[in-house]
This record gives sequence, structure tokens and C-alpha cells, in this order.
Amino acid sequence: MVLEYCQIIWYLIIGVSVVMYTVLDGFDLGVGCLHLFTKTDNERRLMLNAIGPVWDGNEVWLIIVFGAMFVGFPPVYATICSSFYFLIMILITGLMIRAVAIEFRSKQESRTWRKTWDVMFSIGSFVIAFTIGVLMGNIIKGVPIDQNEIFRGSFAGFFTPYTVLVGVLGVTVFMMHGAIYMLMKTEGEMHERVRRWVTPNIIAFVASYIATTVTTIVYKPHMINLMKETPYLFIVAVLAMLVIICVPFFAVRGKDGTAFIFSSLTITLLFVLFGLGTYPDMVRSSLDPSYSLTLYNSSATMATFKVVLIVAGIGVPLVLAYGYWIYRIFRGKVSLDEASY
Amino acid sequence: MDVVTLSRIQFALTSGFHYLYPPLSIGLSLMIVIMEGIYIKKKDPRYRKIAIFWTKLFALSFALGVATGLVQLFAFGNNWSIYSRFVGDVFGSALAAEGVFAFFLEAGFVGLMLFGWNRVKPGIHYLATICVAFGAHFSATWIVAANSWMQTPAGYRIVGSGSEMRAELTDFWAMIFNPSFLDRLTHVLIGCWLTGAFMVISVSEYYLPKKRHVDFAKRSMRWGLIIAVVMVLLQLVSADSSARIVAKYQPTKLAAMEGIFETTSDAPMNLVGWVDQSSRSVKAIKVPGLLNILVNRDLHTPVVGLDQYPETDWPKVNMVFQSYHLMIYMWGGMCLAAILGLIMWKRKTFEKAKWSLRFMVFSVCFPFIANEAGWFTAELGRQPWVVWNLMRTTQGASPSVDKGMVIGSLIMFSVIYIFLFALFIFLLNRKIQDGPEAKALKGDALYRNPYMAEGEVT
Repeated sequence: MVLEYCQIIWYLIIGVSVVMYTVLDGFDLGVGCLHLFTKTDNERRLMLNAIGPVWDGNEVWLIIVFGAMFVGFPPVYATICSSFYFLIMILITGLMIRAVAIEFRSKQESRTWRKTWDVMFSIGSFVIAFTIGVLMGNIIKGVPIDQNEIFRGSFAGFFTPYTVLVGVLGVTVFMMHGAIYMLMKTEGEMHERVRRWVTPNIIAFVASYIATTVTTIVYKPHMINLMKETPYLFIVAVLAMLVIICVPFFAVRGKDGTAFIFSSLTITLLFVLFGLGTYPDMVRSSLDPSYSLTLYNSSATMATFKVVLIVAGIGVPLVLAYGYWIYRIFRGKVSLDEASY
Repeated sequence: MDVVTLSRIQFALTSGFHYLYPPLSIGLSLMIVIMEGIYIKKKDPRYRKIAIFWTKLFALSFALGVATGLVQLFAFGNNWSIYSRFVGDVFGSALAAEGVFAFFLEAGFVGLMLFGWNRVKPGIHYLATICVAFGAHFSATWIVAANSWMQTPAGYRIVGSGSEMRAELTDFWAMIFNPSFLDRLTHVLIGCWLTGAFMVISVSEYYLPKKRHVDFAKRSMRWGLIIAVVMVLLQLVSADSSARIVAKYQPTKLAAMEGIFETTSDAPMNLVGWVDQSSRSVKAIKVPGLLNILVNRDLHTPVVGLDQYPETDWPKVNMVFQSYHLMIYMWGGMCLAAILGLIMWKRKTFEKAKWSLRFMVFSVCFPFIANEAGWFTAELGRQPWVVWNLMRTTQGASPSVDKGMVIGSLIMFSVIYIFLFALFIFLLNRKIQDGPEAKALKGDALYRNPYMAEGEVT
């Protein structure tokens, strides 16, 4: 009984970490995807330095997601990493290239040097955003694992029209999020340029969101089972729609900060919907639902939960407190100095 | 080669490459904490310049450490899924603590440390620097705890059997403070501080004969040398203590390190040698009885040889032997460099001595090789176990991962890592050539000196 509570709490902690990662690194990735739409070197440096002091800390949430999975649900971590072997290799490559691109780009004056890294940074961001979407799509769709949690599929099997669609959703939602973030961080001519990006990005997101929602309801009906059983959960879906409408509403009125909050809420609600659809499965077996790894049949033991809940109880408030403080120090419009990228 | 061997090569490649950077970051973070501390205390802008320069090198190695460290996060689950299921309950809590307590501290404050020079008061900036340094050290602590648990498991119980077998945590503190943890942590951290110190020594010695940045180089050099001398000596104490722990808990590893096939009470110390495992012979220059004295502090208690264990429980003896001895030679190199440095400091001949200066510039390679060789000794010496006496490495691999997948990712990692390493060396060299007086880019505001009137720059 107590173990059950721990499992649910830890499941929620992983969920919150996923949301933290996608909301925070989401705008970093979005800025990366939009990077090549800028023209001058100065604009590109503004793009990089808008995320400069915070992207590294944001990426730690991804480490937390997988670390928390490793400790709380070891079989889930093991199954996801070994099943999605090549997808994760692609993700890792993207993350590595992107990290060094940000760090190295402005270390040389040469134009070819900078152009090369600009392209790397942008491609890396696209690859990461798309791969995260495809991963999510595959978890919705189910993974071919047998009763011993061994993967029986192939790499090509990860790319179906549905998972690619979710991949596109990943790219568009981050691009929208990144564009709105840049609205907050820029001024003058650059600000006007960014403003022109916002509307097309919102339209692209809404289009892919509607397409994904419709296909999910039609082709992946298990995703709405829980909502059918407990109809008041439909409020979440309605709420998601309202929140999405608020994004352009505030963005076109120049309320950049409010638009960013709603864009963050959009991402959050997407994951709440994802969680409601997949619960209680963490890795759904497409071969036989009884092989699925749920949060109840694949968790760590009580002794471990006790330790890690204490760790999280002390650590997470600290992390949030100084994270907030650092964001406050770097708040406002971005400017370049000797320490910049 | 089978999947397990390929997976082992992949793990050795990714973690070996990763481990080039964290020791440098940890070592430099200590140097920066010292330099910035002096700056805060004396309000002397020269020390600020020194701190900023080493921060730039730190940033470079930190970036690569983060990029290559991400790989490690997935590596356990990718190729070692059975192992991950087995250890997750125990191992995971150390990794989770690392993530929450250490990574966030490091990654959260590194932005402020690198970009905050003009943004916040010097005291606040110093706080950020300390947090980053502390985070880096703390991160090493948890990782070494987790690895030490694989060497000397404690605080767990085994449930299930076969592929369902799992280790369950029973006592968190016993798991963290397992028998080898403190000794190995000390050994690792001293290795990191040596890496930072010799980087500082090497760069400073590079500037001095060229009469470039002389004041900067001398001030850096002084601290680099102090740390190097102290740590070289301390490392000897730590090495002795570590080896005795190995002898107590992992006798086959110690026997392989020195190539001891027969249990004997006058075990020799081999200075240089070659081990032939099939004929059970060691060709070496030996100091008779020395190993016995080092391990047991006497000449009558026998040192356990490999003959006490079946050969299926042996590591690859010559590989362990050679990497262990390589580490010791590198310590010898550092020791020599530290002594030379002291002599030159005393005689004030930093600018003149030619060949010894070249040796000092080159000395930065020693700690890097020693760090790698040390880990190879520790990990190869643990074979054939992935968790000592509990799980064999061959049992831990992912069943769904085949040869093609490992070869594919291995090639991918090799290409990326060669590329990253070349870049690292190129940019490191650039930073060093630019020196502490590097020009700002067009359109940048300059570093402000908070102790001067508004508008003045350093």
C-alpha cells in the first residue's frame, strides 16, 4: 500500500521532470531550430546568448528524467534504452553536437567556422526535437517487447506515419515556444524580426496538434480509455484547447511574457494528456498487453524509494530556488559582453 | 569478437574519452577558487585576470565533459540492460543523488560563473564559482561511490535468480560507504587536482621562456606548483592505502596488478615486466619482498596469488599489469616535474633552463595518462565480474542488442570523438596562444572592474 503511493509519487516526479525538461530545454531547442532564420552574425550571437547562461542547467532535467527512471523503475530504464538503441544514439549525437556547437561557435572569428557551427547547432536542435517526438510516439504506439522484456522489433519499425507525425509535433511545439522566448529576450529591429516568426510557428503547431489529436483518437483508441471511464478528465483536453488559444491571443497583443507562460502550459498539458493516455503503462508492449511494464509491476523497492524521496525532498526545492534566482539575474533583454558566446 | 566484447570496448571508449575532461574541470575549478579568492581578498585585478583566463579553459573542458557525459547516462541501459535491472535498485539512488545534488549545482551556476562577471557583485560571483567547484567534486563523489559498490558491494541483498536476479538496497549508508569508497575517492580526487595543477604549470612554463604574460605566469605557476608538490606526495599515501584495500577485498585484482601467480610470503614488486598468462611466468626487473612489505607490512604473511582461484575468475593478467605499471610511471613523471619545478623556483631560473622547461610543458600529459591507466586497472582488474562476485560481465549485456548495432554505434562514437578531441586540442591551443590578454570581439562591452569607479575597465 505504502509502496503503491511511492510508485505513484515517483511516477509523478518523473512526469514533472519531463515537463521541466521540455518546457525549459524546449525553448533552447526552439531557438536552435530558428537559429538559421537570422541573418547577421550579431543576431546569431543574440540568439545564442539568449539561452547561453541557462541551456546547460536546463539539459540537466533530461539527466534527471533518465536518472529517476533508472532508480525508481530500473526495468523501464533498461528496456527503453536497449529497445530504442539507435534512436537514443541519434539523440545522443544531436545533444553532443549541439552542446559543442554552442560552446565553440564564437571561439573563432572566421566566417566559415561560425557558419559551420551555426548549421550544426540548428540541425542538432531539429534532430533532438524530432527524436523526442518519435520516442513519445513509439511509447504511445507500444513497443514490441516479449515476456522477458526483450525487444523483438527493428529500427525501421520506429518510423511509422504516426510516430513521424508526433515527431513533427515535437519540432513545431518547440519552435513556437522558442520564438515566443526570443520575443521576451530581444529588442529593436531583432524583436520585430522575431515577431514575424511567431504567427507561422503557432499555425504550424496548431495544425500538427489537431492532426495528432485526430489520428490518436482514431488509430490509438487506448489513449482515451481512461477519459472514457472517468469523463471529468475531459476537462484536461478542453483546458489544453483553451490554453493553446491563449498563446496567439497574448502573442499578437504584445504580452510576450504571458504568451510564454501559456506556451509553457501548452507543453505541460500535452504531457498530462500523454500521461492520462498511457497510465498505468510506462512501456506498453505491442505484442501482448500483459507483457507491458507498468509503474506497479516494474518499480524499485521500498528501501530505495525511502532514500530517493528524501533526496528529492531536500534537493528539488533547492534546485528550484537557485534555478529561479539564476533566471532572475539573467532576466530581461539579452546583451553582448566580453564573456558572451 | 562477440557482442559482449564489443560492448565492453564501447563502454571503455565512451567512459575513457569522457574521463579526459572531468579531472581537468575539477582540478581547474580548485585553481579558480584559489585565484578568485585571492582577488576578492586583495581586490587585486591581476588575480581577476588570472581567474578569468583559467575559467576560459575550464569552460572548454566543462563543455566537452557535459557532451560526453550525456552518453554515459544512457550507456548502462543501452548495452547492459540485464546489468541495469540487476543494480538499478542499489546503484540508482547514488546516481539520483548525483543528479539532484551535484549536476544541478554545477550546471546551474556555471552560467553565472562564465557570463556573470559584469552582472553580479564579486562576492556573488565567487559564490557561483564555489558552487560550481563543489558541484564538480560532489559529482565525482557519487560516481565513485557507485563504482566502488561494483568493486566491493555492501548494504544490499540478492533476490530472485537467473535473469530475474536483482540486488535490493538494504542500507543506504552502508552502500555508499562500502569498504573501498573513501580510499578510491581520495585517489580519484587527488588525480583530478594533479591534472589541474599540471595544466597550470604547463601553460605557465610555456609563457615564461617566451617572456609573455610573465607576471600572470609566475603567479599561476606558484599555486600550480604548491598543489602539485603536496598532491604528488599525498597520492603516494593514498595509493598505498588503496592497494591494501584491493589486496583485502579483491585479491585476484592485486595479484594481476603485480603478476603474482603463486601465493608466497616474499612477493616481489615488479618495476618493469611482461606477463605471459599461458605459461604463468613474469619476466621482470624485481625488488624481492617489496610487495609483501607494502601489502602486509611484514615478510611472513603470504600475499594471495592467482593460484588460489580458478582461471575462469582471473582478469586478463598482462593488461591489468601493464596499465597499473603505466599509472605508476606517470606518477614518477609528475614527481620528477614537481621536483624540477621546486628547484627552478628556489634558484629563480624559470626563464633560463631549457630542457627542463620543455619537460615541464610536456608534464601535463602525465596526469591525464595516469587517470586513464588507473581506471583501466580498476575496471580490467575487476573482470570477469561486472559486480564483484555477484554478476559476471557476460551476464549483464542487453539480449536485444546485436553485433551490427554495437559496431555501428562504435564507429559513430569513434568518429565523433576523434573530431571532438581534435577540436578540443585546437581550441585549447588557441586559448593558450591568445593568453590572458585576449581581445574582446567588436560590439562587446568589456569586463568591468567592480573595485574601480563606474566606466573604467580593466
